[in-house]
Amino acid sequence: MSTPEQAAPPPVAVESPRADFMRRFLSGDLGFLRVLIILVVIWAIFYSQNDRFLSAQNLTNLVLQITAIGLISVGVVLVLLLGEIDLSVGAVSGLCAAIMAVLQVKHGWDPYLAIAAGIGAGTLIGALQGSIFAYIGVPAFVVTLAGLLAWQGALLYVLGDTGTVNITNGKIVGLANTFYSTSTSWIIGVVVIVLYAGVNLWGYRRRVAAGLADQAFGPILFRIVVVAGAVVAAIAIFNQDRGLPLAALILGGFVAGFQYVISRTKYGRHIFAVGGNIEAARRAGINIATIRVTVFALAGTMAAIGGIMGASRLLAVNQSSGGSDLLLLAIAGPVVAGTSLFGGRGTVWSALLGALVIGSISNGMDLLNYQSSVKFMVTGGVLLVAVIIDALARRQRQAQGRV
Amino acid sequence: MNSNAPLLQLKGVSKRFGPVQALNDIDFEVRPGEVVGLVGDNGAGKSTLVKTIAGIYSPDEGEFYFDGQPVSITGPKAAVALGIATVYQDLALCDNLDTVANLFLGQEEIAGGVGEVLRQLDEVDMEHRSHELLDQLSVTIPSVRSEVGTLSGGQRQQVAVARSLLGEPKLVLLDEPTAALGVSQTAQVLALITRLKERGLGVVVISHNLADVFQVVDRIFVLRLGSRAGDFDADQTTQEHVVGAITGAQFGDKPAGENRSEGDR
Repeated sequence: MSTPEQAAPPPVAVESPRADFMRRFLSGDLGFLRVLIILVVIWAIFYSQNDRFLSAQNLTNLVLQITAIGLISVGVVLVLLLGEIDLSVGAVSGLCAAIMAVLQVKHGWDPYLAIAAGIGAGTLIGALQGSIFAYIGVPAFVVTLAGLLAWQGALLYVLGDTGTVNITNGKIVGLANTFYSTSTSWIIGVVVIVLYAGVNLWGYRRRVAAGLADQAFGPILFRIVVVAGAVVAAIAIFNQDRGLPLAALILGGFVAGFQYVISRTKYGRHIFAVGGNIEAARRAGINIATIRVTVFALAGTMAAIGGIMGASRLLAVNQSSGGSDLLLLAIAGPVVAGTSLFGGRGTVWSALLGALVIGSISNGMDLLNYQSSVKFMVTGGVLLVAVIIDALARRQRQAQGRV
Repeated sequence: MNSNAPLLQLKGVSKRFGPVQALNDIDFEVRPGEVVGLVGDNGAGKSTLVKTIAGIYSPDEGEFYFDGQPVSITGPKAAVALGIATVYQDLALCDNLDTVANLFLGQEEIAGGVGEVLRQLDEVDMEHRSHELLDQLSVTIPSVRSEVGTLSGGQRQQVAVARSLLGEPKLVLLDEPTAALGVSQTAQVLALITRLKERGLGVVVISHNLADVFQVVDRIFVLRLGSRAGDFDADQTTQEHVVGAITGAQFGDKPAGENRSEGDR
């Protein structure tokens, strides 16, 4: 049946892949490119003020500094995709690091067992909060706000009267302080590039073979080149200093792994569905409660892993672990890098890129000897600008009839 | 059209909500390849009847027969298992997902991969089947890979209907499919309903728009205050008669074209 509608399809239909690419770039669907530009600008500014900012040593330090927050943000992204928020991730990261440290230092546990206990505690806490949210119906905001207070109290309780637990165990300290040799670093880098290119090219070939080659090859090649370039540059920089840090590998591994989960698996698809239209998800037979509980459990798990990495870098857990601005920055990072606060839109890459942006500001201002007061205000300003861009992109989508 | 046995047959179905008699002794049937328009004023019981068939409400009294067999529809899943698909007015699509993802939501196909939970979605196969399905139904959308939020209302409605067909249903219930659609989009959706009929599916369409109803339906079933107020062959009646039955203006008076008064059974 031919109808007038077919004669006048919406403008999206007639766009060339390149025009579509540009539109998506500008409207924020390709938020990761936008945030790369923000990152380059920030780096250029700090470099112009102090050329040590882009030194191999400082960039390696930057990566070590953002590991904890980036890992916590990975869990935050999952929660944001549901359209919810988890205010407890900071407190949970501190508590779980303390559980690990106390078990290992005061009770003499095997370090790996202590790490597992810390991570397990995070999973349980997340699952508990998720269950209260999913089954009793208390808004996640309130559940995790209560958690924020309660787990901070639990942190003080676990630490006891000493207040600070110093970590000396080589295995725990090694998590954030291991660097690979030059050759090992390059081998790891090449493996990462080959894997990434392989997965992308294989997927493209399968689509072509199936006669679905509507996806332009240009953007895929572009993506591979960008990722390969970034990996080569990163390894080259790391090798000028101490080599590829294990911490970077852990962060990158979790980011890539969870990106796979959300974009390629049924579970990830269902997370997006719940975040996009919960009623549609329910009618499609998706178990909403299961998705909610598991996502919050994963957020707690990632918070614990982030907290443990942070403790490993600082060689200690104390009463302010997981406190201060950690929570807000862990949420701000992904939002700066394009994950929507409204649910259903975002990537796990935004956890990494957002942590890089926020970490760069913090690192650069430390390097320039700015006080905390200025740091907070500038970080707040960047967050505000990023959210304004997000809101404008959303408005543009709505103007195009895309909600 | 009415030569074959009913696909779905309801006998003496009643449903009460407290003091409200939402459905009162309803006899209703749909045959394969038949489009039945379900009309009535607000509160006449149209949605209650559809939700009872879809398994959302359980009737207080009455018998259900599907394909000639007595059945009891205990819940939405039982209805789906029988082959009854329902497309609700508010569509239930995820705007942030593309057409392929929406079509297969909740019944995704899984390709090979490591571990049960981490199996990869078979996007290629799902996209292939999406094209097939949409082509069969002559549904045209810009790209099955653009977000559903970018589609027009008519296209979204067609995607929602196409989605309901993935489970190979025998009966499709459409709740106000043309509400809030423009003229050309309404035409698209009505054309789609005709194609469902051509595929031999039974279709029940709730609509307020009699002009639309008359374009596609074979039979018009009128509800008024929870009771059957008329059952017309579409080509033997007029909109005036149907309106009369809806409003009760011709209550007690047998209008021309009515072919299934109580005495006929």
